[in-house]
Amino acid sequence: MDFSVFFQPAFSGGGIYLDWVLSGIKWTLLVSILAWIIAFSVGSVLGVLRTSHLTVLRAPATVYVEIFRNVPLLVQMFIWYFVLPEIVPKSVGMWMKQGMPLPEFWSAVLCLGFYTASRVAEQVRSGIQSIPKGQTEAGLAMGLTRVQVYRHVLLPMGYRIVIPPLTSEFLTIFKNSSVALTIGVLELTAQARQISEYTFRTFEVFTVATVVYLLITLTVTVAMRALEKKVRVPGYIGSAGK
Amino acid sequence: MIEMKNISKWYGSFQVLNDCTTKVEKGEVVVVCGPSGSGKSTLIKCVNGLEPFQKGEITVNGVSVGDPATDLPKLRSHIGMVFQNFELFPHMTVTENINLAQIKVLGRSPAEATERSLALLNRVGLSEQAPKHPGQLSGGQQQRVAIARALAMDPIAMLFDEPTSALDPEMINEVLDVMVELATEGMTMMVVTHEMGFARKVAHRVIFMDEGRIEEDAAKEEFFGSPRSERSQLFLSKILHH
Amino acid sequence: MFTGFDFDVIQRSLPYLWQGMVFTLGLTMLSMAGGIFLGTLLALMRLSSSRILNLPAGGYVNLLRSTPLILVIFWFYFLVPIAIKKISGDAYAQGIGPFYSALIAFTMFEAAYYCEIIRAGIQSVPRGQVQAAYALGLNYRLAMMKVVLPQAFRNMIPILLTQGIILFQDTSLVYVVGLTDFMGAAGKVAQRDGRLVEMYLFAALVYFLLCFTASHIVKRLQVRYSVGR
Repeated sequence: MDFSVFFQPAFSGGGIYLDWVLSGIKWTLLVSILAWIIAFSVGSVLGVLRTSHLTVLRAPATVYVEIFRNVPLLVQMFIWYFVLPEIVPKSVGMWMKQGMPLPEFWSAVLCLGFYTASRVAEQVRSGIQSIPKGQTEAGLAMGLTRVQVYRHVLLPMGYRIVIPPLTSEFLTIFKNSSVALTIGVLELTAQARQISEYTFRTFEVFTVATVVYLLITLTVTVAMRALEKKVRVPGYIGSAGK
Repeated sequence: MIEMKNISKWYGSFQVLNDCTTKVEKGEVVVVCGPSGSGKSTLIKCVNGLEPFQKGEITVNGVSVGDPATDLPKLRSHIGMVFQNFELFPHMTVTENINLAQIKVLGRSPAEATERSLALLNRVGLSEQAPKHPGQLSGGQQQRVAIARALAMDPIAMLFDEPTSALDPEMINEVLDVMVELATEGMTMMVVTHEMGFARKVAHRVIFMDEGRIEEDAAKEEFFGSPRSERSQLFLSKILHH
Repeated sequence: MFTGFDFDVIQRSLPYLWQGMVFTLGLTMLSMAGGIFLGTLLALMRLSSSRILNLPAGGYVNLLRSTPLILVIFWFYFLVPIAIKKISGDAYAQGIGPFYSALIAFTMFEAAYYCEIIRAGIQSVPRGQVQAAYALGLNYRLAMMKVVLPQAFRNMIPILLTQGIILFQDTSLVYVVGLTDFMGAAGKVAQRDGRLVEMYLFAALVYFLLCFTASHIVKRLQVRYSVGR
């Protein structure tokens, strides 16, 4: 094993291979975190709509979830990047192909965000549905409107309940961000492969990449545990049992 | 004050309420009893519109519950309700539970609401528990908080849905004591319960339900003296002999 | 919107796409079977009280579950030939071909996920069942084989199948090593004929119909199994 490879001058770009690794980490984090912001906000709205007693609200959310969950991420990635510019109005398509900055990056962020939103939606839905019906009845019985019941009763408990499954979705988004390499985003996995092709130090390079992913997992897990502890409800058993 | 005329309700093809007619006068305490599955909880939840019904009419102080034009949240804010499983909101402290609807529905200021909440907690003997979360309280204490929460809205009537059936035997009395006190103060109450001691002590009328029908609706003395229907005799003999 | 679309390209390439689908289904089924088998062993190791068994199993599972599937595929494409040379002692040993490399990568990857599902399934069987089996004089192997695992698997069937559907979608990632699975076939036709829009939308539709149908069948099963208890 020879990790000095990372301090050799890189094939191009003037720096050393370590710079490539760092740049890969930067793009992995950027794609994942931006996509998570989309996934969390869109997914929360969809998840709430999925629990609505009104069909007009529930049905479109259900259709969304079914479509985005049942098509592989890779296929969705290609559709955002290759297909979308062709089927939108011509002027928009031209802009997407020529004027838009960092088209690979933004396609990856949007794709991963809207894909993960369907999974977040399912977690939020099942979190809300795991709250006994009596809680909603109690809220309504004291004169709250349905919106107020969601705001003050269902969502505060629902989000606490879904912290563990949402943590796992958040971890998945970092791993799934590697699919962005298929449309040319030079994130961590892509950089690892590229360095191994130039240096033949495959073992060392893949080891470093794997360790970085492990560190990301570890950091996120620790952070979410802390969050879970911070918002824990005194005396409430439901979410404490793991 | 509460008037029900010919209420029928179906879940799919199963009829849960069958042509129920009764009324509760101002200041009257009415106990509803009957075997499980007889529709008594459903009936009481129709009064504040938590359960929709397909036929008949219910009016509370002249306002029709089933009318789509009725402002249900407003109507419900005048009727207090206490549930079998307490349904305190686990993520809020005891005070916050009692404050919530005072602030959000009645528009009281937080200071005003807290003052009222603490006074009511004092009344049900739970001043010390104010800053705790529901999960840290015993069942009997939780149910007393739930009663205080309902009273904070200054209701014109109170609905109790089996308020003691989820409680350990030694805690039943602390809750019944609060209810007896309310009844003697002249609160209009509709109480689904099997506690016949409570009925004997404070009820004006007793309603016996079976298979979705009101089988008997009589003054207390009459009901305990000589129940007319065979079913209510059988029921009474079963629950009075242990 | 669909003017200028060439749906004929789909029809012309159907036989080729079908070959890709056979590859996809074969890879899915085989790595599912292998993953469940290995996953069961890993789960039993993780539940063992012996540190020599549960520590390596736990480490393996956590490592694989922290690593992106694409990186795992790259790892095994790199490691499998080396391992074969080591095992056979022949420095010029032939590789085992891309299909088997992919199969090994997916099996090893899925085993980590199946392990966690199966572990939860085993833990869902009440402890009293194991104690009853031991009380009857069964040994560990018999208690597991005859009492615990049959019940655990019965509870787990819907989740195992759902994971299978996820695996079916994930196999499309063999694209990164240039294999011709269903998506690979669609991609190659798309590039060759310059018909990206038609081919990728068609691929999406096929995946959607298959996964949607399969997950609804699983949901039905779930309802039936939960009624049975």
